[in-house]
Amino acid sequence: MQVPAPIEYERATSVAHAIALRSQKGDEARFIAGGHSLLPMMKLRLANPKYLIDINDLEELFYIRENGSEVCIGAMSRHRDLLDSDLLAKHFPIFLDAERVIADPTVRNRGTLGGSLCQADPAEDLSAVCTALDASCVITSSEGQRVVPMHDFHVGPYETAVQDNEMLTEVRIPLRPGGGSAYQKVERRAGDWAVVSAGAAVWIDSGIIVDGRVGLAAVGSNTPSIEPAAEALKGATPSEDLFQRVGEIAANNCSPETDGRGTAAYKTHLVQELTRRALRTAVARSQGQEV
Amino acid sequence: MQVNMTVNGAEVNEEIEPRHLLVHFIRDQLGLTGTHWGCDTSNCGTCVVLIDGEPVKSCTQLAAMAGGHEVTTVEGLEVDGVLDPIQEGFMQCHGLQCGFCTPGMMLTARALLNSNPNPTEEVIREAISGQICRCTGYSTIVRSIQWAADHETNVSLRSAS
Amino acid sequence: MTTTATTTATDTATDTATTTATDTATASEEETTPDERPIGFGRLLRKEDPRLIRGMGQFVDDVSLPGMLHLAILRSPVAHARIVSIDKSAAEAHPNVVAVITGEDLAAQGLAWMPTLSNDVQAVLATDKVRFQHQEVAFVVATDRYSARDALELIEVDYDWIDPVVDVRSALDQDSPVIRDDLENKADNHIFDWETGDEAATNEVFERADVVVSEEIVYPRVHPAPMGTCGCGANVERVSGQVTLWCTTQAPHAHRTVYALVAGLPEHKIRVIAPDIGGGFGNKVPIYPGYVCAIVASLVIGKPVKWMEDRTENLVSTGFARDYVMKADIAATKDGRILAIRTNVLADHGAFNGVAAPVKYPAGFFGVFTGSYDLEAAHAKMTAVYTNKAPGGVAYACSFRITEAVYLVERIVDCLAYELDMDPAELRLKNFIKPEQFPYETKTGWVYDSGNYEPAMRKAMDMAGYAELRREQVERRARGELMGIGVAFFTEAVGAGPRKDMDILGLGMADGCELRVHPTGKAIVRLSVKTQGQGHETTFAQIVSEEIGIPPEDIEVIHGDTDNTPFGLGTYGSRSTPVSGAAAAMVTRKVRDKAQIIASGMLEVSVADLEWTKGAFSVKGDPSKSVTIQEIAMKAHGAGDLPDGIEGGLEAQICYNPENLTYPFGAYICVVDVDPGTAVVKVRRFIAVDDCGTQINPMIVEGQVHGGLADGVGMALMEIIGFDEDGNCTSSSLMDYLIPTALETPDWETGHTVTPSPHHPIGAKGIGESATVGSPPAIVNAIVDALKPFGVRHADMPLTPSRVWETMQGNHTPPI
Repeated sequence: MQVPAPIEYERATSVAHAIALRSQKGDEARFIAGGHSLLPMMKLRLANPKYLIDINDLEELFYIRENGSEVCIGAMSRHRDLLDSDLLAKHFPIFLDAERVIADPTVRNRGTLGGSLCQADPAEDLSAVCTALDASCVITSSEGQRVVPMHDFHVGPYETAVQDNEMLTEVRIPLRPGGGSAYQKVERRAGDWAVVSAGAAVWIDSGIIVDGRVGLAAVGSNTPSIEPAAEALKGATPSEDLFQRVGEIAANNCSPETDGRGTAAYKTHLVQELTRRALRTAVARSQGQEV
Repeated sequence: MQVNMTVNGAEVNEEIEPRHLLVHFIRDQLGLTGTHWGCDTSNCGTCVVLIDGEPVKSCTQLAAMAGGHEVTTVEGLEVDGVLDPIQEGFMQCHGLQCGFCTPGMMLTARALLNSNPNPTEEVIREAISGQICRCTGYSTIVRSIQWAADHETNVSLRSAS
Repeated sequence: MTTTATTTATDTATDTATTTATDTATASEEETTPDERPIGFGRLLRKEDPRLIRGMGQFVDDVSLPGMLHLAILRSPVAHARIVSIDKSAAEAHPNVVAVITGEDLAAQGLAWMPTLSNDVQAVLATDKVRFQHQEVAFVVATDRYSARDALELIEVDYDWIDPVVDVRSALDQDSPVIRDDLENKADNHIFDWETGDEAATNEVFERADVVVSEEIVYPRVHPAPMGTCGCGANVERVSGQVTLWCTTQAPHAHRTVYALVAGLPEHKIRVIAPDIGGGFGNKVPIYPGYVCAIVASLVIGKPVKWMEDRTENLVSTGFARDYVMKADIAATKDGRILAIRTNVLADHGAFNGVAAPVKYPAGFFGVFTGSYDLEAAHAKMTAVYTNKAPGGVAYACSFRITEAVYLVERIVDCLAYELDMDPAELRLKNFIKPEQFPYETKTGWVYDSGNYEPAMRKAMDMAGYAELRREQVERRARGELMGIGVAFFTEAVGAGPRKDMDILGLGMADGCELRVHPTGKAIVRLSVKTQGQGHETTFAQIVSEEIGIPPEDIEVIHGDTDNTPFGLGTYGSRSTPVSGAAAAMVTRKVRDKAQIIASGMLEVSVADLEWTKGAFSVKGDPSKSVTIQEIAMKAHGAGDLPDGIEGGLEAQICYNPENLTYPFGAYICVVDVDPGTAVVKVRRFIAVDDCGTQINPMIVEGQVHGGLADGVGMALMEIIGFDEDGNCTSSSLMDYLIPTALETPDWETGHTVTPSPHHPIGAKGIGESATVGSPPAIVNAIVDALKPFGVRHADMPLTPSRVWETMQGNHTPPI
């Protein structure tokens, strides 16, 4: 079996402790949360941190709570916590859609929201979910906190806005009336990374889409939010024609590549198809339908 | 470094390298070879153990990370000479052939029944979907778990709760 | 026990061959209470399970000896390159490293090359060139497995790149680099040409046929990927010279002899033990360089050495399967009478010809590509070539290339059905070999021992509700939905094989069996074959039990240890029950014959006056006078005289040479739904009716079928070992080599008919590979059927969503 290279290991006892350790060790150190992205990379010796800071004891980062006009999710919330959350099910069913098809149940017992976002894999699903929901990321350092919107969080494939002396501690999602959301993913097999995923969220008032967003995964070097899609949704009346049009806009605004999961043409088609399906479900949900 | 944890109800206190994977710690250091490994990428699930009652792929955890936690391996399923109904179910329903994925499958099944005593076929299939069996085609594994659900006793809950 | 599950050759074999006395049953009909303990055949819980469900199996990596060292292999990062230099000094300087060995070191001992099972040679460690990505280049032995892996990073190898041969279709081009320049006078990448059937007669039939349909059908490279990877523990004792190898082998005796022949080790000093091996599927038939490395390391260092490959090593370097590009033509009358089939195959064998097949059969048993149909003529040609890919070819429950043959015929028959606009089930029913034609000699010379195809087909159609499914399909198509129904019918040829025709490296494919009945009437039976999960410890106890009446729990089955079992060629090609199972029955009959003589002495009657009921001999006409087998066993070992000429003891050994192969068959029906928007395929139902002749343990038979059906889902939908244009393997982990989970596989619907083999002592035919052979065409046929509205007649595996969608757009391309 493949095994990691030698490392040093320490358990952080608090966020402050974790950040202090990280600042001290610099770029040779990595936080380890669920470990399901990092450890396989270490076994392949594609990631070779000298120092691992285990943040699994940071109870202060395990929460999903409503806080005024936001839902706040601690970065150590595990996939399974997101899947089991009544609060998320009520406000953002897109999480349930996505979490049912992220990796497998055993991996979901360990993998975390923060770890997923920080891995910044272009095919990663929660980034697309958070993008659709217009979430923002709370990044903490010894200096304090800064809040970065999703579209600024990923700065490239496998790269985020989080610096060596910082830590992603929370994700915030705005709570607005008339919301509905949904997620669609095509995978070659259960547990596989997405061929393409599309998330959609809409906020509807008096039959008009006040705001709407699309988040995609596995369609290019970065998980994009499709601004032209958001523009087309804003102020529109929901209809099959609209979903179709926005699907086409999404397809025209991403650049998937041919790989083992599929051809670029197929992926482009999927963006259109899955965006349309996600929007249809999101709108239905915003109107209180159980779909 | 030192690591302390509970394995199948017994305290263990061992010297390890920080990079040691939990699966190797369990197999090579504790000699509990019922836990297997079948891939390097967290895909096959033959290495599943329970950590605090939850199925976890032990090839993708450092032994150090399990410190302070309760680990249950296949060797912990039989309590005082009484088989877990899951074990009995796998025998009764031909839920195993080569036996390599079986320990992981049984532990996931145990955790499932602890949280959901009467799972549907769909729920069972979902629960074991992170684990690969190359021999059985899964139907008999599903039946084995259903058999166990039908024969659940209080004894079985001890081993993993 | 039910009658259907226990019909034996002695009851019905003679008439089933010539009549339609085939019993039919579905799985549900044979439900017995789990606690029932049959004497002989019937549903019996497995003797293997109590240890395995406790985690007390002993797998190869569980074997640990005092002072055991760990071996790790450095592999080539490129597919084709000359080795310029290797610097191992830094690795040797690692504090936990005991030895670092290169090809040059092995060459000095004459051990750098080893023979393959096809009389080619393969590098143990590369000396001159590397010929596939991940080929073995050097190995490290260290005190622990982590250090061994660390030290691999410290070996520096300088490679001089050579253009690789990746595309099998261009391997024979004039300007193609020569891969095997190690072979004398080798100027191209050609391995062999092979043909079967009558070309002229076949072409003549094609000339006059109403309808000819042609298609290129590709069976891509796939991998058995058993859950336990390959590995071994080697211990060479310095003084005695005793070599003990705990190894993931399906053929321990064959391995022992090959080690003796290759390395010049005295055979009586080699003991190969195959403990629990974690699945095989043909992956554990060949001898891999790692085994040889471990033996050499233990020999050189004088300590036990363990080598366990990781999953990547398993996928990229050990026995793959298939990799056939098959051009197929089928000729028929316009009303659907199939006249002839011909094919021209290009076979990719990788960098070394490592195919494990009987010597006279370089294409395995591909000659059965005529399938289950009564043809006028048939012809096949094949060319096999080297490419810069891992060696192998015969694995993954293929019954020596019957997977490819059955896929070919079942796909091209469906293409014909498409062109004739005929129902594919009706087309098959119209062309089956009729029951009265058995034994049936095919146009390629295979003599099918028995068969009764129509009842199996009808039964599968009944179970599926075939007519209703077709009606549903019409309705769904009208709504724009894509539902497909796939039919496949296969005939297998297993149980290799008659020693007049079949050997591997000169070793005849007969198998031994030894039975001893102890004084108290308990028994021990020793087999030459080896379970990888099939349940030999249970099945073989039942065979002995059936013949001699001792309860299966009183019969110990010993296998997988060359010091303690008779010689035989091992378990693959579904040969255990057809060959070794026959041996077990025959040796038991031999013991029973002796027991009868002893019983005649005990009851003071002549042998002819005794009759046998399971477990006892009694005097004809006076059943009160009887002796049990247990009483006879005690008498055989006890005091007092035995009948004249009879030695004490109750044991025997035989070596069984099969008279013919056995020919299991089956009818499979698959129902799929394809999402028109995403092209995702869902296997909704799968109905499998198998006929493996007499069933020894229906529970185990059903399990064997289920596993093979899941294999079929894997191959049809997702499994492929792929390469990029530089020859890098793109399926080098289970992230990319996808194997079905419980979510892609349906709840299998199984049934069976029973047509015993007329020449097998208990009428059994073998079941291990039937479903792997039969299911891929059923699934692909179903998907192609679903895509009929798009004018699709053929699509190659694996039918991933992307490949299905591209096919719907008219852009189907072969996977290789």
